[in-house]
Amino acid sequence: MQSFLDIFDIYLLEAVINGILLGGVLALLALGLNLIFGVIDVTWICYAELVMIGMYGMYYLVQVFHLPYWAAAPLVILLVALLGAALHFLVIAPLLTAPPINQLLATGGVLFILQSFATVAFGIDFKNLGIRLPVLALGEMNFSYARLLSFAAALIGMVGVYLFLTRTFTGTAIRAIAQDRQIMPLMGVDAKRLYLITSAIGGGLAGLAACLLVLQYDVHPYVGLSFGPITFLICVLGGLGNFIGGFIAAFLFAEIISLGGLFSDLEWGYVLAFAFFIVMMFIRPAGLLARRRS
Amino acid sequence: MTSKLAGWIIALIALVALPFVHRDPYHLHLLVLILIWSFAYTSWSIMGRFGLVSLGHGGFMGIGAYVTALLWNHLGVSPWIGIPLSMVTAGVLALIVAYPCFRFRITGHYFVLVTLALSGIVLQVITAIRDYTGGSLGYTPRRAGGSSIAALQFDDKTTWYMIALAVWLAGLVIWRWIDRGMISQAMEAISEDEDAAAAVGVNVTAEKLKITLISAMMTALAGALYCQYQMFISPDTVSGIAVSLQMVFAAIVGGVYVALGPTVGAIITIVLAESLRIGFGTSAVGWDNLVYGVLLVLFIIFLPKGILGSVIDRITLPRKTPIDKTSVDKTPADKPPRNHEQETVPSARR
Repeated sequence: MQSFLDIFDIYLLEAVINGILLGGVLALLALGLNLIFGVIDVTWICYAELVMIGMYGMYYLVQVFHLPYWAAAPLVILLVALLGAALHFLVIAPLLTAPPINQLLATGGVLFILQSFATVAFGIDFKNLGIRLPVLALGEMNFSYARLLSFAAALIGMVGVYLFLTRTFTGTAIRAIAQDRQIMPLMGVDAKRLYLITSAIGGGLAGLAACLLVLQYDVHPYVGLSFGPITFLICVLGGLGNFIGGFIAAFLFAEIISLGGLFSDLEWGYVLAFAFFIVMMFIRPAGLLARRRS
Repeated sequence: MTSKLAGWIIALIALVALPFVHRDPYHLHLLVLILIWSFAYTSWSIMGRFGLVSLGHGGFMGIGAYVTALLWNHLGVSPWIGIPLSMVTAGVLALIVAYPCFRFRITGHYFVLVTLALSGIVLQVITAIRDYTGGSLGYTPRRAGGSSIAALQFDDKTTWYMIALAVWLAGLVIWRWIDRGMISQAMEAISEDEDAAAAVGVNVTAEKLKITLISAMMTALAGALYCQYQMFISPDTVSGIAVSLQMVFAAIVGGVYVALGPTVGAIITIVLAESLRIGFGTSAVGWDNLVYGVLLVLFIIFLPKGILGSVIDRITLPRKTPIDKTSVDKTPADKPPRNHEQETVPSARR
């Protein structure tokens, strides 16, 4: 019994730390979605599919064109940022005055397009980078470098966005337009340009997430479905458009998934997370940090 | 009015007589699929037309299919009992998720994302209990051997055509009953302004729950029928986000505000998918969804009332007052002026 408890505790600690590492990437995903929602008031249902396209981009650059990982990553971030801007320009912009639900459903159509495009263009085989990063052993606990790297890169990405939003003129304008969409154009701010920039940043964050996720997971056309729903849950739990709420919710969910996965299959971690989410809806329907703003 | 009724009766007789005149099994198969999916799309549009855009219906459909099949295979429960049980399961799940949503005024984006997560989770559960459901490899109800009424398995397509036709008609009747009833008035008021509706005595939460319950249970029935007819289900064909979006797509393309809109949507989607499959064979895998996606985006931008809705508008415009364009696809979420301040959940706060 004693030895069982020892092992159990080590595993528990390992799961907790792995949860934190997973939380970093989830927080990054939630940040991109929250940014777009907060500024443009649109939810990109196809956000996870942008990540999927980015993962394919990494696969082709690294495996087919034999670029080193470090050279491919910026290219992919740029590519997905362009995709994000194109999505805004082609789909969202014509619908800006339509009811928000229509914009959301239109991005649902884009989800179809991206998924089937990937099926048609890349096939349904599972693909991976073929990069196997070593595993870091701390005592009896094992952490993959891929996860540590993802966590660090996600944190750097989030700090970068934070600095951009608070320290630059464009960032300040973006925050201002998120607060009041009608006044800012009167102040001489080009809302269209800012929306496009925000979409590009949101896309860029999806691209960064793609670079990190491709280290840990195989890519296939439906890979977006495995982390898309959880990202939406995180955003709703944190309060759509609420960056800090999304950040906290991401780590909460990651812990639940990780600890749930420790006791049972990974899928049950997701189910637990969803059950937790439903309970939280009763307690804090408008998001984790809603009380402060009401 | 009488001429309209006569038209309906003639159309109905023609539909019933069809399998006895035209016996091509492939065409009958397509018709059965169209009828079953039309029923599913109609179920979605019962909610969707009032601005309750749900992406969780893939989940309800999956529950309908899997609960029925699991009960039959593992416990030997006849689908005649299994289908009602699966509908109740879907209804209970719908209530569990919808109650907090409606009680705390979660609408618009929030509601869509919550329901979206629901269909994702149902997919995960089906995959997770792969020891029972076969996981992503799919699942086949045990064959009773030949046609069996107790097992709800029939070899000939004509029987299935009749069953599907009856269920589809029932769906239209429910649609019309809701359309003509008080609940429609109440829901319309709610989708315009929840507070105002509540002020004039509409029990907002109860009315929304009623609609959701009906819609979810009908969708579960559609899933169960699909399972019994196809005798094969996999998580991807009956549950998940793709199925939910497919429902939204078909309903919107056909038109959510007319009874036959979802049916038109089903005809378009299935004929499109089949002709692509026949025309291009296996190389067309994925192309149908690509076309759906492009069409969905184009329809939302240019024709938000759908094909049938727009056609009927065009015909009836001179005679009738047109449906108020702005009220047509609004959701409660955009009711409070959404651009004034950074209020991300305007109606969820009290």
